[in-house]
This record gives sequence, structure tokens and C-alpha cells, in this order.
Amino acid sequence: MSSPYITQPTSVNALMLRVLGALVPAIGAYVYFFGPAILVSLLLASVTALLCEAAMLKVRHYAADAFLVDGSAIVTAWLLALSMPPLAPWWLVVVGTAFAIVVAKHLYGGLGSNLFNPAMVGYAVMIVSFPVPMTHWAAPETLAAAHLSFAQDLRYMFAGVLPDHLKLDAVTMATPLDTLRTQLKLSHTLSEIRRLPIFGTLGGIGSQTVALMYLLGGLYLLFQRVITWHIPVAMAGALALVAGTLHGIDADHYASPGFELFTGGAMIGAFFIATDPVTAPTTPKGKLWFGAGIGVLTYCIRTFGGYPDGVAFGVLLMNMTVPLLDAYTQPRVFGHAEKETTRGKPQ
Amino acid sequence: MRPLFRFNGGIHPPQHKSESAGQGIVPGPLPKRLVLPLHQHIGAPAKAIVKPGDRVLKGQMIGQPQGPISAAVHAPTSGTIHAVGLHALPHPSGLQDLCIELWPDQEDRWIDRQPIEYREKDPTRVLDHLRSAGVVGLGGAVFPSAVKLNPGPPGRVPTLIINGAECEPWITCDDALMRERSGEIVEGILIMRHLLDAQEILIGIEDNKPEAAAAMRRAAAASPFPMEVVVVPTVYPTGGAKQLTQILTGKEAPSSGRSSDIGVACFNVATAYTVHRAVNHGEPVLSRVVTVTGNVRQARNFDALIGTLLPDLVALAQPKDDTDGFIMGGPLMGHRLPALDVPVVKAMNCLIATSPALFKPAPRPMPCIRCGRCAAACPVKLQPQDLHWFAKASNFGKAQEYALFDCIECGCCSYVCPSHIPLVQYFRHAKGEIWAREREKKAADTARERHTFREDRLEREKKERAERLAQKAAAATAQAAGDGAAAQSKEDALRAAIERAKAKKAEIVPRNTENLPPSTLSEIEKIEARRAQLREAAATKSLDQKED
Amino acid sequence: MLAALWVMAGLAVVLGAVLGFAAVRFHVEDNPLVEKIDAILPQTQCGQCGFPGCRPYAEAIASGAADINQCPPGGEPGIRKLAELLGKEFKPLNAEHGAPKPKSVALIDEQVCIGCTLCAQACPVDAIVGAAKQMHTVIVSECTGCELCVAPCPVDCIHMVPIGEEIGTWKWDPPDYSYGPTA
Ligand code: SF4
Ligand code: SF4
Ligand code: SF4
Ligand code: SF4
Repeated sequence: MSSPYITQPTSVNALMLRVLGALVPAIGAYVYFFGPAILVSLLLASVTALLCEAAMLKVRHYAADAFLVDGSAIVTAWLLALSMPPLAPWWLVVVGTAFAIVVAKHLYGGLGSNLFNPAMVGYAVMIVSFPVPMTHWAAPETLAAAHLSFAQDLRYMFAGVLPDHLKLDAVTMATPLDTLRTQLKLSHTLSEIRRLPIFGTLGGIGSQTVALMYLLGGLYLLFQRVITWHIPVAMAGALALVAGTLHGIDADHYASPGFELFTGGAMIGAFFIATDPVTAPTTPKGKLWFGAGIGVLTYCIRTFGGYPDGVAFGVLLMNMTVPLLDAYTQPRVFGHAEKETTRGKPQ
Repeated sequence: MRPLFRFNGGIHPPQHKSESAGQGIVPGPLPKRLVLPLHQHIGAPAKAIVKPGDRVLKGQMIGQPQGPISAAVHAPTSGTIHAVGLHALPHPSGLQDLCIELWPDQEDRWIDRQPIEYREKDPTRVLDHLRSAGVVGLGGAVFPSAVKLNPGPPGRVPTLIINGAECEPWITCDDALMRERSGEIVEGILIMRHLLDAQEILIGIEDNKPEAAAAMRRAAAASPFPMEVVVVPTVYPTGGAKQLTQILTGKEAPSSGRSSDIGVACFNVATAYTVHRAVNHGEPVLSRVVTVTGNVRQARNFDALIGTLLPDLVALAQPKDDTDGFIMGGPLMGHRLPALDVPVVKAMNCLIATSPALFKPAPRPMPCIRCGRCAAACPVKLQPQDLHWFAKASNFGKAQEYALFDCIECGCCSYVCPSHIPLVQYFRHAKGEIWAREREKKAADTARERHTFREDRLEREKKERAERLAQKAAAATAQAAGDGAAAQSKEDALRAAIERAKAKKAEIVPRNTENLPPSTLSEIEKIEARRAQLREAAATKSLDQKED
Repeated sequence: MLAALWVMAGLAVVLGAVLGFAAVRFHVEDNPLVEKIDAILPQTQCGQCGFPGCRPYAEAIASGAADINQCPPGGEPGIRKLAELLGKEFKPLNAEHGAPKPKSVALIDEQVCIGCTLCAQACPVDAIVGAAKQMHTVIVSECTGCELCVAPCPVDCIHMVPIGEEIGTWKWDPPDYSYGPTA
């Protein structure tokens, strides 16, 4: 073996653990506002992910003792579960996660080789295939017409059965982004819409706090140098810039930058999803372009498209550009002139 | 305060300097056997100018430099030449190379030493002196100093940088040298400054060596020419010549050129010391300071004779029982030695005894997760994650396009990689493959050329022969027209026979036999010379075999 | 929805433009095919491929008269490069033409050599020098290791010596590890 003979005490495993840790505050807020059902989703996704991962590792003759515990499958599972509606039926979580791990991750080469963000592939496939359950969002506890006990949550998730006297509408409601869109279609102005009870100061009641917790977790990851600032800043910046411009032009029809940043998947997207190292560019400039691209696409899909949120598709579209971005944003190598195509010759 | 610049990335590995620092320089052993490799430097190997049985004095030249880039080898003590033959070198391959084996007589008798007055001499005389004193860069590059000190047009190198950074963990030999011999280092710096006609002298020392910096400051203060000791932050690899240059001047040495292109020359402190010994005392490079540390009871800096076999040296440091190997150099850029029975060479700055506890086995590599930490740590701003892909896929052209050859093999990328990928080994492998392919391609091109040339020659000769034949035949017919018919047929037959014989002779006339061009003659001569060498080597065989 | 489609279409156009630009910008002038093939062949000139040298073999490959797997000195890497150049499937070396050997050079035993010059005439790259009735010598740096000089020698004094590893040409092996279970 060649030198170096010492390495920093770090590992893939340690990085993934920190990502999971950074998600904990947001999960806490989630439980507080939307009930403990999300924990069941997380558990379900984790178990599915590990089982699929183990099976695929076996098929591909990879060492389970190293790869099953690397934490990457759990991260995918958690991100996917957190992107799905809180009361998503069990099969939705299981199928989505299985698809993410088996197809999006392993059929594309496994850890380090997949082109597309597995969690977002799982999400996209689910929303295209099962649009109805994917858009049934549980209402925040403070707003829901009726409360479900944890047992009732479980019954709904696993059997699709609600207590006799309840209709689905009583426990779910449209997401803030959806509400905004439908209300705009009904030609209400933005200031009227924002007075609806579902909205808080930043985004939706409840979900704005969860988004703040994502921000907090993201800052922890930055501080721990698990991620760099480029992608979150570029994505949030681009999203805010486009939103701010349009909001400035027509404040009645275009939501404010703050609203765009703290609703939907913008925060988890900026700090946890777009920063997935495997599917993001590696060069600083590439990361900036990548993040900015996601920000703009997210805004466009949210505002002009037909899907409840644009983060997933924004990320997937930008994933495709990563090889190009990497190739065209190579930093200047030490001792080289700024523009140089053929570099180093054997010496 | 001088404004300092910084290079990209870098790392902060555990220092482990205290084990061996501050203990003073201890004399190394005077063993029974010394093995002196003829090729300890960059450039052409030296040529042995002694035979077995010759008695030599301390400081006597035994290997003569060959060609413009080469360095001499000297007897580190007085004794008898025992053999000239192959011996294993301290190299990761463990392969052998030509060495001179000297058996010391333990009298340590000096040859007549001839210092020179460098200020009064023509610079080329001083450079020649350094060349025949075997002075090479002791920071690790072992490039012949005389070549680097060749000033070229006046004012070309205004800045002289002296490298006392010593950034790799465990190593303290330069630290020890600066603490103890700062005055002599400064003397050497003055000589180098004189040769280069430099206007500015900067001595870069990392801030983890305050004693060395203080000693150098004191010595510099007494110097007739102003020199500035600059304390730089401790970041690995500050000791890289290009990195230190960047820190001190903000200038980047061009990838395709040398640092003299940006008006800078950079030398290690130990090199400055040997320049001083060579010029002011007439002493060639006979020893160097080697840190022996790691899993030993007495980590020390030894002033070891070049050629000392490592078991003799290591014994003084008392390795602990669980020692399982030795690293030559530091843990980041050094090499594990396949066997300990190799000599101290000019490039050897440190020997680290390893144990499973001190140097944990490398964790299992995982696939690259593209986290970009390697790129962030790379002082050259390469993209190790891309390079490793190209190297792994044997896509060497692409690796070269991504500036593989700018990699200084510092190991920062491997050190930080969370997937523990042996990145640097990929890069070393890729570089070796590219060099090998380059050699192969050159050989193929030569072969193609020579083959085409030969085909053309054969073609030409065939044509010439055919023409000659045709001419003769025509002449014969003309003559035959006047003669009688009977005589004609007889003569015809005869002539045809002669012609055939001639043609046949022409065919077997050996090529390469007559009118040999001078180039071929000299080739033959060279081959004869080589053959003589081969015979010699075959006669002496391996030193070890003879030993048994 | 329509807008999203526009976005995607726009993206596709931009990507296409970039790719097209790259194709034009990095376009290189083509060598004739025979030259390219000849550049891959090892130039040992040994004739094991069934042709009198590398170039004739290159011409035969270019015209389709010969397969790409007939050159033992080029070995598998050579076949791979040819396959890539010509867009063909890789196939293992045709054993009829011999097997790859470690690179060697010819060495003439000077004690035995009678100076007949037969070897010098056989050598395809004029790597043997020496006058008639004098000892002959191989210029090691020019010898391609083709072995063509071995058979003609009437006193069997030419031997092929494999080139051993030297420090100067030694190279690092690539790292050796797998992601599979530890045995
Ligand atoms: S540090 Fe290792 S895992 Fe991260 S990008 Fe570099 S090679 Fe890949
Ligand atoms: S070893 Fe090479 S690629 Fe790695 S950090 Fe050092 S210079 Fe960069
Ligand atoms: S077999 Fe010999 S002659 Fe034929 S291409 Fe290969 S090296 Fe050239
Ligand atoms: S010397 Fe012999 S083996 Fe070498 S190239 Fe000439 S004929 Fe071939």
C-alpha cells in the first residue's frame, strides 16, 4: 500500500449519521404539529430501505457488514418519508422507498454511482402514479376539524379506515402551496388568501416551524462541514430572487420570497436533498449553478406547473446536468493559466 | 509584518514532533559496512571510479557525476572498497541498484580538504565544486543543487526562499539542524545568495518550531546580508516548495515551468548547511540528519553516514517489540520499506517505526460519494474524485487532461476521504502507467521508423541490382551481335553464370559490414563499454550473495 | 403544466446547444484509418500476425482482410484499443498466432558468434551491428524482441532475455480491493 498511512477519523457512516441527527429537530416539530404518525412512516421507510438494501447488496455481492451500516439507505428513507404526506398509507411509503432503493439507487450502480437523487425519484414516481393519496395532507393539529388518536392514525395508515363518524376532509386539508394556487385560480388576491387560517407569518401554520427546524439542522450540517454553503445559498437565493422580482411586480398574484422559502419542501430541499453529494456537482461553481437551477425550477413548477411542489422535479432535472456542470466548472489548477484546455504533460 | 498568502485546502494531522524534537543531534554509528548507491539523486547515476580492494579516505570521490544533471558520491569514512554491485535500495519496490560497498577501517582519516573562497572565484568554479561535492536538495527532491544554483541571466532570481517548514508529522531533522547549526545554515545561505545574486532572502518556518525560528533569527541578525525569518502557520503541506513560495510571495510557480520562471529559488535548510560545509570546509556530503522515531524507546535525530545500513541505525533508537515495519519519510508522503536491509541515502530524512497501535490498518475503502472533501483539501486545486475515476477506469488521457501531473502526491486527499479511498496510490499508478506508455510509444515509433528505413533500403538495393543486371545484359547482347553463333551461345552461358554468381554475391553481401557510419561505430563502442560493465557486474554479482 | 413543459423544452435546447458546441470545439482532424491502426500496433515487426510487419497487418485490418485479434505482442490491451477504434466487439487473442510473452531483448553470446551476419539480415529494425566475421551485437534500446534473429543463427548463439524490473521503470500497482464480503 502506498502512503498516506494515516487518515482522518471520519467515514461515510459518520457523515450519514450527522445528516440523520440534523433531521431530528424537524421531526420533533413535525410530531408536535402533525401528530406522531410520521414516526410510523419513518420507521416503515427505514425498515423497507434496509431490507431492500440488504437484498440488493446480496444480489450484487457487496459486503453487507460495510454497506448496510453506511447509513445512506436510512437517509434516503427518512428524506422520502418526510416528503410524503404525514398520514400516507403504509403501502405508499413502502413502494416509494423500495423503488428509491432498488431502482434509483442500486440499478444505477449503488452508493456513489446513482445519477438521480433516490428519495426524489421515489417521490416523483409516487406522485405521478398515485396523485390522490400523495396530496392528502394531514391538517395541523390546531386547524383540523377532528383529532385522530395515535391508534386511529395507525388504523388509517394500515387499513385505510377512518373512525365511522369522520370523513377524510375532517383530518386532511390542502397544503399551503395548494391552497395558494387554488385560491389564486379563484381570483382572490394574495393578501386575502394570506389571511386564511392555514397561513402563519412565514408559510403554513406548523409547516413553517418544521421548515425553520430544517434550516436549523442545515446550519448544523454546515457547521460540521458535512455540506458546503454553495447549494443551499444558491438555491434559496435563486428562489427568493425570482419570487422577489415577481412579487415586486405584482404583489397580488405572486407570493413573497419569505413565503416561498418557508413553505413546501424548499428548506429540506436546500439543505438536505439538493446537497446529497452523490447527485450534486463537486466543484464550487458547479454547486452554485446547480443550486440556482433548482431554485428557479422549483419556483417555475410551483407557480406555473401542475404539481403541488417543485423541489423534487427541480432536483431531478438538475441532476441530469451534473456531469456537464462538473466538466465545465473545473477550478483553475495551481500554476495554470485561467483558460487552458490541455493540461499537464508527463514530466 | 510581511503579508502571508495561503494555498487551497491543506490538512492538520496530529504532529507527533515532540517525540524526537529538542533532544539534540546524536552522532550515528560507524558501522562495519557501508553501502553507497550510485544513484541517490535526480538525473544520471554516478559512475564508480573505484575497484574492489582500493583503499579510500574519508571524503574521497568514489562515484563520478555523469552528464549535466548528476551528483558525485563520496566515501563517508576511510576504508577499503569491498565490492561494486547490486544492493537493495530504500525504495517502495525493494529493487536493487548499483552500489559501492565500503568496509570502514574505523580510523576515519580525511582526504586533504580544499575549501574555496567563493566570493573571489568565478561562479562556475563554485558550481563545479558543489557538483563534485555531491550537494543535492536534501528536502526530499535530491535535485543536484549546482544546476539549480546556476544563475542564468543576471537578476533572474531576485528571491531566495529557504525552506525550514518541515510540515510532515513525526519529522524533526530540519528542526534539530536549525536549532543547533543555525549559524552554518546562514553561511550556506550567503553562498547561495552570492551565486544567484538574489536581493531578498526569506526563511520560512512553521509556527510549531519556535526554538528553531528563534535560533535562525539570532543567526540571521548576525548576517552581513539582511535575511528575514518568516514564521508561517502550521498547515500541511506548507513544506512543499511551490506551496511555501505561494505563502511567502503569493506567486504560483507555473505548472509547466520552474520556480525560477517567477524569480524564486527554494532550498531546504539542510541543503544550505551542506553548501556551507562543501564550500567553506571542503567537505562533501557524507552524512545527513535522520529522524528515527515512532514505535521506539529513544526517538532521536542521528547524524548518520550515508550508506549506513538501517539495522545499524535503528538499533540506536531501540525499537519496541511490537514494531511491525518502517516508513521512510513521513506518514503522508513516505514509503513503507519492504525490507530494512537498505542504506541511508541523501533523500532519507526520517524513519518511523510502525506498530499496529500507532498506525492502524487502513479502513476498508468504500465507493466515492462525491463529497468533494478531497478537492477542498487539495493544495493544487485538483479534483481527486474525478482523477480517481479516470485512473480506476484506466482512462489515462482524461486523467492527464485533468492535470494529473500537477498532483504533488501530498496525500491530503486520501487523508480526508470519508470513503478511505487510496487516492494517491491511484495517482501514482496512473502516472507510472502513462510514463510506461510514453516509453512504449517512443520505442514503437523508433521501431516503425527503423523498419520503414530498412524496407526502403532493401527496395532501393533491389532496384539497383536489377538495373545493373539489365545494363550488363544489354551490353552483352550488343557485343554478341558481332560474334559467331557458336561462340555466342558458349559465351552467353558463361556470362550468364558469372552474372548469376555476381547477383548471388550481391544478395548475400552482408549489410552493416562496410562503410559503417561514425554513428554506428560509436554505437558499437558504447555497447562494448556497456558489455564491459555487465561483465564486471556479473563478476561481482550481488553484494549479498558474496557476503554469504 | 404547460409552463413546466416549456421549461423542460428550454432546458433540452440549452443542453443540446452545449453538446453541439462541445462537439464542434473539440473536433480533431482525422488520420487515415491505416495510420490510426498502425499507431496502435506495437511495431515489434515480428510477423506473428501472418503479415510481413505491422503496417501490412494494419492495411489488412483496414481493408477487412484480417481480424483484430492476431497480434500477440499487442496482447489484450491492443485488441481492446483496436476494437474501440473500429467499433467492433472485443475478442480474445487468436491462439493460432501465438501467446503474449514478457518483453524481451535478444542477446548474442559473443564467445560463440562467428560473425556470419545472418542475424543482422533478419532483423527488421537493423538493431544488430557488427562487421562480417566479427562479433555481432544487439543494440538493446532498438531491439523490439521480435525473435526473428534467433532462428537464422547457425550456431544458436542468440537468446532472448526478458527485461527485468528496474527501479527507474518500476511502477505502482493500482490499489487492490473489492466491495465484496471479506473472505
Ligand atoms: S473525499 Fe473521497 S468520497 Fe469524497 S469526493 Fe473525494 S474521493 Fe470521493
Ligand atoms: S495527493 Fe495530489 S490530488 Fe491529492 S491532495 Fe495532494 S496534490 Fe491534490
Ligand atoms: S504480430 Fe508482430 S508484426 Fe504483426 S502487428 Fe503484431 S507486432 Fe506487428
Ligand atoms: S535483434 Fe533480434 S529480436 Fe531484436 S529486433 Fe532484431 S531481430 Fe528482433
